[in-house]
Amino acid sequence: MKLLQLAASLCLAAITATAYAQDQNLARNLAASCANCHGTNGKAVAGSGLEPLAGVEKTELLRKIRDFKSGAKPATIMHQIAKGYTDEQMELIASYFSAQK
Amino acid sequence: MIFNRRDFLKALSAATASGALYGCAGGSKASGHVIIVGGGFGGATAAKYLRMWSNGGVQVTLIERNAHFISCPISNLVISGDKTLADLTVGYEGLKKWGIRVVHDEVTGVDAGKRSIRLAKGGEMNYDRLVLSPGVDFMFEQIPGLNNAEAQGKILHAWKAGPQTIALRKQLENMKDGGTYAITVPKAPYRCPPGPYERASVIAAYFKAKKPKSKVLILDANDEVVSKKGLFMKAWADLYPGLLEYRPNSELRDVDVANQTAVLEFDKIKADVLNVVPPQRAGDIAAKSGLKLINNRWVDIDWLSMESTSTPGIHVLGDAIFPAATMPKSGHMANQHAKLAAAAILNLLAGESPNPAPLLMNTCYSFVDSKNAIHVASVHRYDAEKKTMLPVQGAGGVSSVRNELEGAMAMGWAQNIWADMLT
Repeated sequence: MKLLQLAASLCLAAITATAYAQDQNLARNLAASCANCHGTNGKAVAGSGLEPLAGVEKTELLRKIRDFKSGAKPATIMHQIAKGYTDEQMELIASYFSAQK
Repeated sequence: MIFNRRDFLKALSAATASGALYGCAGGSKASGHVIIVGGGFGGATAAKYLRMWSNGGVQVTLIERNAHFISCPISNLVISGDKTLADLTVGYEGLKKWGIRVVHDEVTGVDAGKRSIRLAKGGEMNYDRLVLSPGVDFMFEQIPGLNNAEAQGKILHAWKAGPQTIALRKQLENMKDGGTYAITVPKAPYRCPPGPYERASVIAAYFKAKKPKSKVLILDANDEVVSKKGLFMKAWADLYPGLLEYRPNSELRDVDVANQTAVLEFDKIKADVLNVVPPQRAGDIAAKSGLKLINNRWVDIDWLSMESTSTPGIHVLGDAIFPAATMPKSGHMANQHAKLAAAAILNLLAGESPNPAPLLMNTCYSFVDSKNAIHVASVHRYDAEKKTMLPVQGAGGVSSVRNELEGAMAMGWAQNIWADMLT
């Protein structure tokens, strides 16, 4: 009975998260908005001059994107794009790309 | 929080009813058959992402009339003589490797009730979800003199990359030095807002180098340059003074084909090469399948799923939709629509709700000569209250200056987006 209760609350928690808070694939979906330039799943076309993001350390990705957003790192376009994402969205995106092999 | 057995069963059945149990069981399992009509920036991307994100769980059929994909972005550089059509042509083999059935045919009708489509070569196909990504078709009826095939063979649009791109290049090569190339721009919205100005710029660069006595004339139905205005005006003043002329409020009313003459409200303007970008609407299959249109031109969609607001099961992408505020009709945007739709379709096929917080971003590069480019970028977020996409304030913008670095990035953008959609 205890197990059943635990399962019920866990499942409800999962349902709540899925239905009301956040799509379970939110990180994947957000990261896909970068793929037009940085390649599917962050695997940029070799020799295209665009930076691959797949498999890069999360802290490294976050540092770069935050520096673009703040203006600390000069850019032609990324400072404008980075400002369109919240800090939470950047976390999700950085986690997703860092996990790509 | 204490649950008894009855509560658990109640919760369980509610979860099952809403389909949310998949979230509990650890990962959604979508299945079914999705038909995609149109293998451009929207359709090809949707096909690939549906297969990739479902790990092959969803069957995907892509119906495309052309044998190869030819990119509209970068095609102005074919017209200026800097690139060849082969440089912007990509096959559909890459999609077949994802397990997508690619059918080279044309869809002649949609039965939304039976969830089936009819094909020109014969036969019907059933779908669980249908994605229409047909791009634009032209409203030649608004330009009486151009409303026949013979006239359209002489006065070109070259606004769909392919044979017309090559043909317009030939017209420019055959034009005598000292001639005039005139391009007419329809009222916005139309496909690729900066496209006409880019085309005028790169043709001006070609004239400057090879036919310096010639002129470029832009006849714009709009009251000002629709996109990247400051950057284009500066490039024209710096690079093409006396060579390129811009005339706002110059809507095309008709064309005198025999005399290569654009008929405006008050003026008639004769050109040696006349290039008409006609007014546009959603591609035929979207415009004529009974979906709700806005302004009788563009499909009204739900921004959480790209699904038609009138017809369940049919999702529409790219240039064919009524855009949200400040959202351009661009290949980049169509690719982003496709990913939003793919994610939503997989959720819906698994009995789940679409992602409640989608985001779209756009980047668009334009060349002002063979090497130097400028860009505009924007990010758009779903607003749950207004039920539309709104540009994120403070994000996006245009280039500070034109330069070769942006030209190189424009080519890098093209390589990556073609790969993102087709390989």
